[in-house]
Amino acid sequence: MDIFLQQIINGLVLGSIYALVALGYTMVYGILGLINFAHGEVVMVGALVAYSIMTALLPTGMPPVLLALLALLVAAPVCMGLAWAIERYAYRPLRHAPKLAPLISAIGVSILLQNLAMMIWGRSYHSFPDILPAITYDINGAHISLLQVVTIALAALTMAVLAWLIQRTSLGQAMRATAENPAIAELMGIPVNRIITLTFIIGAALAALAGLMVGANYSVAHYYMGFMLGLKAFTAAVLGGIGNITGAMLGGLLLGLIESLGAGYIADLTGGFLGSHYQDIFAFLVLIGVLVFRPGGLMGERVSERA
Amino acid sequence: MSLHKRHTLSATALILATLGLTACGNKDAAPAASGEVTIKIGHAAPLTGPQAHLGKDNENGAVMAIDELNSRGVTLGGNKVKFVLISEDDQADPKAGTTVAQKFVDQKVNGVVGHLNSGTTIPASRIYSDAGIPQISGSATNPTYTQQGFKTTFRVFANDVHQGQALAQFATQSLKAKTIAIVDDRTAYGQGLADEFKKAAEAAGARIVAQEFTTDKATDFKAILTKIKASNPDILFFSAMDAQGGPALKQARELGLKATFLIGDGGCTPEFIKLAGNAAEGQYCSLPGVPLEKMPGGTVFKEKYKQRYNQQIQLYAPYVYDAVMVMADAMQRANSADPTKYLPEVSKAQYQGVTAKIEFDAKGDLSVPAVSIYQDKGGDWNFVETLGVTAAAPAKK
Repeated sequence: MDIFLQQIINGLVLGSIYALVALGYTMVYGILGLINFAHGEVVMVGALVAYSIMTALLPTGMPPVLLALLALLVAAPVCMGLAWAIERYAYRPLRHAPKLAPLISAIGVSILLQNLAMMIWGRSYHSFPDILPAITYDINGAHISLLQVVTIALAALTMAVLAWLIQRTSLGQAMRATAENPAIAELMGIPVNRIITLTFIIGAALAALAGLMVGANYSVAHYYMGFMLGLKAFTAAVLGGIGNITGAMLGGLLLGLIESLGAGYIADLTGGFLGSHYQDIFAFLVLIGVLVFRPGGLMGERVSERA
Repeated sequence: MSLHKRHTLSATALILATLGLTACGNKDAAPAASGEVTIKIGHAAPLTGPQAHLGKDNENGAVMAIDELNSRGVTLGGNKVKFVLISEDDQADPKAGTTVAQKFVDQKVNGVVGHLNSGTTIPASRIYSDAGIPQISGSATNPTYTQQGFKTTFRVFANDVHQGQALAQFATQSLKAKTIAIVDDRTAYGQGLADEFKKAAEAAGARIVAQEFTTDKATDFKAILTKIKASNPDILFFSAMDAQGGPALKQARELGLKATFLIGDGGCTPEFIKLAGNAAEGQYCSLPGVPLEKMPGGTVFKEKYKQRYNQQIQLYAPYVYDAVMVMADAMQRANSADPTKYLPEVSKAQYQGVTAKIEFDAKGDLSVPAVSIYQDKGGDWNFVETLGVTAAAPAKK
């Protein structure tokens, strides 16, 4: 039981991070119909910028929580600026080009960012400083750290704020209108280009937070870390129904749980035939299953509500 | 401005190229003038790129051996001979490695010392084997190198089979482990080492209570570690590199997994301690070979190296030094530098080197390879003990 509970918690932490990143994919897809493959790299930049700020300020003896906050305050604007630049120079010129062109541009940006990060931060793995005191709670033998609790709570809070922003504010209304029909939205006086830019920037802020969370929870940052994370988060977005905000949150959490429980129990379930090295494959198998039986994703049919 | 810059650049390049050419020219011209017979020893290692410091260190070891042989004065078949080192950069790249190998064959070198990496050593070994040129590596640890059935491949360093066995011996005897969990990263290195470890540990009576897998790019190990925690092992052997091992150890402690952590040479680095932080304290790693101070001629070699290069030995220099010496020793016993004549003598080596007494088994591996265990104390890897017979040999004297 304690092991099961532990795996659930592992899965929830991983899932919260996936969900935050998946939101970035899904919001952009909802509005532009574009899969922003560079989004995983924005998370990586967020993590590495946060790492740099924290290690630079560590000797000042500031409390780690304050350090993390400062790191986020720097990392988030850097990511937002980066996302703005990506949208402005890599995607906007291709807005009316065939669908394949912006996709290839996205892959190009992703490779470019990886290599830039490699040049700036080097090839080695960086040890992420502890941002919270190492307090662990013992629940029935399962170890839950303060960091894990904070991660899950913070992700939930962020997603709630985002849901409110999209459903209840005039900005959200404009985003939903743009998603539904950009041409009509423009005729109604909505500054479509600005809304698109804002969507990218909001996604990047979430990415910066996710980057900090990945670094803090797994205590390592690396120029290549965005690739697999981006792929998984994209999977989560598709799993929930790409373009659907609630779907991305649900898909993220679900994927985290599937991976964690999959790695934990797959060997027992298959009698040792499949081992934990099939952890990644397991997640993608579920994705294929969902796509075969529900091509739109779990919540994909509510297309009109996508934002 | 930019035009001017470009001129300066090309001028510099030209000067460098000329210097390089003259340097090479001198090497070839000198022995011819003195009328001695020249013996060419090829040396290959990455001299550029991220491993350049290790490659240069290997080269330094080889240069020291060559200089010592020349100052001692060696005669083969009645002729005074002069050893010449031809050092090439293989960039740690298998493709460049085979190009270098072909170059050596075309230059008709008498023997090759190297390469540094298993990835370059193995593909190059086929080319040397076809040409019948003896090859001694002082650092490639992949078992495959000597298992291809080539007569020309030798190694003066313990391989991963030896390392897996030594780690298992340490776990079951020194740490008295009864239950062991194994994680490997499914790379050739990680999987190979884990397999050898498992075989030896089971033979020694330990029970493998969990075997889990990860990848060489993973950062989240919590799911597999949680599963391992359920089986409550005495020891967790993590068969991967430092980039995975460090974070994994930290995550294991966060989950309350108390097993002693053991990692191979891929994690025996300062990087590992940096990534694991305080969690690394008291944990163990292994490295093939013995620490410099424990080598039969280690202290003297260290002093000589420091005097000559004004820096510390990186890693493999003493092994490469021994590789050259063993090769020269075989030539002297055969009284010839002809590969076909001295090759059989290499296999029969009984050479007391700086690192150990060097004897080869039927495959060309050390017959008594040594592997050392280190423990993290206060943020540094500290020597614990050496497993294998070599360490005991100098003590007997």
